[in-house]
Amino acid sequence: MDIHEYQAKELLARHGVHVPRGGLAYSPEQATYRASEIGGGKWVVKAQIHSGARGKAGGIRICKSDQEVGDAAEAMLGRKLVTHQTGPRGKLVSRLYVEETVDIRQEIYLAFVLDRKAERVMIVASASGGMEIEEIAEKQPDSIIRATVDPGAGMQQYQAREIAFGLGLENNLIGKATETLLGCYRVFRDYDASMLEINPLVVTRDGNLMALDAKMSFDENALFRRPEISELRDKSQEDPRETFASDRGLSYVGLDGNIGCIINGAGLAMATMDMIKIAGGEPANFLDIGGGASPERVAKSFRAVLGDKNVETILVNIFAGINRCDWVAEGVVKAIREVGVNVPLVVRLAGTKVEEGRRILADSGEAVIVADTLAEAAEKAVAAWRAVSLKKAG
Amino acid sequence: MAILLNRDTRVIVQGFTGKIGSFHAEDMKRYGTNVVGGVTPGKGGQTHLGLPVFNTVKDAARETGADASIVFVPPPFAADSIMEAADAGIRFCVCITDGIPSQDMMRVKRYMRRYRYEVRLRLIGPNCAGIITPGQALMGIMPGSIYLPGRVGIVGRSGTLGYEAASQMKAMGVGVSTSVGIGGDPINGSSFRDILELFENDDGTDAVVMIGEIGGSQEAEAALWARDNTKKPLIAYIAGLSAPKGRRMGHAGAIISAFGESAQEKVEILKEAGVIIVPTPASFGEVVAGVMADRTKAA
Repeated sequence: MDIHEYQAKELLARHGVHVPRGGLAYSPEQATYRASEIGGGKWVVKAQIHSGARGKAGGIRICKSDQEVGDAAEAMLGRKLVTHQTGPRGKLVSRLYVEETVDIRQEIYLAFVLDRKAERVMIVASASGGMEIEEIAEKQPDSIIRATVDPGAGMQQYQAREIAFGLGLENNLIGKATETLLGCYRVFRDYDASMLEINPLVVTRDGNLMALDAKMSFDENALFRRPEISELRDKSQEDPRETFASDRGLSYVGLDGNIGCIINGAGLAMATMDMIKIAGGEPANFLDIGGGASPERVAKSFRAVLGDKNVETILVNIFAGINRCDWVAEGVVKAIREVGVNVPLVVRLAGTKVEEGRRILADSGEAVIVADTLAEAAEKAVAAWRAVSLKKAG
Repeated sequence: MAILLNRDTRVIVQGFTGKIGSFHAEDMKRYGTNVVGGVTPGKGGQTHLGLPVFNTVKDAARETGADASIVFVPPPFAADSIMEAADAGIRFCVCITDGIPSQDMMRVKRYMRRYRYEVRLRLIGPNCAGIITPGQALMGIMPGSIYLPGRVGIVGRSGTLGYEAASQMKAMGVGVSTSVGIGGDPINGSSFRDILELFENDDGTDAVVMIGEIGGSQEAEAALWARDNTKKPLIAYIAGLSAPKGRRMGHAGAIISAFGESAQEKVEILKEAGVIIVPTPASFGEVVAGVMADRTKAA
């Protein structure tokens, strides 16, 4: 789960990381008020969306008067901002963060991530801040400092010092850098973060160390014990199809194709989508219905998939392990009648009691295209979708 | 022969009296698994499914001589249960639980290293379907009927995709020595490589099917290890060719972020290491049967 920049900065500030003074605004009037509150003659107005690369997309503007702050806010609020990370749909700007500007002497890149290979929290730092990490890795690979934290002992002072010296910071900044690094680690650990990126962390002209930007993501499996993080969720930043599904306990990822997928198990779901692609179609979504595949979950899945107006065919592929195909089939029939499926539907069942399941589908009188194997299911789904598109075109 | 699990393995169930634990304990017993008892704190001394219940894993291990445990404990408490098993001298643990926080798993992995290698717990999972040695024993949630006993090892992240592979193999008359689900989480107990090493040393396994997916570098590491250390054919499928970059696909682990983590890149790395690629998820049966037939001819 992602949070906004201003929320991440608030968390960091509470743990000893310095951030510029700033305030949140929902309207141009609020934005100018925030600017006057902060004082000075130069501010930065930043669109709060769950995405990086906002600057290049016009989501970060330097302003030198009240008028400019108001104009910038007017231009951004209520619009969708498209960055190279948001996809073509973009993300809605409904909040702005107005900040004081600072005089920058040096820019540093700093990130904390969960490293799968080391099975530890890894700190990644570089004296080449301001660039994307991929760019740093490509252009100045030697500048990247990495360190991992022993989960038993936590991050140590010396590790923070090593990084600070490694970044080439002056002696009088080492203490501040150590405090910043340890503060970041505590935030990461105590809130079950999965990613924390400060780019850039800057050395100011007056010898301070400040986080000018902050991005954080959190481990969804740990939200049960982090209610203060769950509260920061902003559904306006999510794909509405995904919000609908996740509110119903389904694992869903929206894609751009036309064949809706309802499958049990993430691996089988990906394999089925691959099979659709091989057969010449494009999946509209990833949907893992999870264990059980009860009639209620099947019905919810149909609603989630049909909520995407691009869906022209649905493919259901359930490999019944714990549950039984006859129960799944009953669920499918019930869901068709309840939800009203108005596109071609291909169903492939496998596993326990498969014959009984197929018979229930055949006897239901509903227009279900039954497939025996994975290959057949994908081919039939693509054929059905082609027939629909032809009809639409003709 | 098989790896990790056979009909003599003495198994206890952690989270024994809960709905899910009870259901699968019953199913495992029916398949032939030597389930000797279970653990539910506070219910020690009771009998459940005709077997003794203990308050702690140490009690259960001492009284039953258990050498393996399977964890059906809910996510907030699962990491603690694995560490309890490790400290009680259990040598083999399967954790089915889905949704354990990553930082909990980091602690578990660190904790397991407290013990000397000879007495260290081997963990399978979490977020996995478990392990089955067809015809002998099952520690997991997979349907036993889709596996034919035989001489091909299976190791995979995903549960249902593993079922798909096993049932395609069964349809072609190819049986399985042991099938291991290592789970879909980013931090897991055993890696593909760990399991390949076990299969390499198993006289009952002639070839191995590896079912991987996008995200992480475990498949590539396993393939490189196999290239240098094994003579048994390694056959692999990587799910997620259709996955867009940077999106998460259900399994916490299935996120493409770095080079070498997309399905296409992994397939290339595997091919170069001499791994036989299953081109589509519909051709597991065909490819594995072909490899086994070639071996028979050669011998």
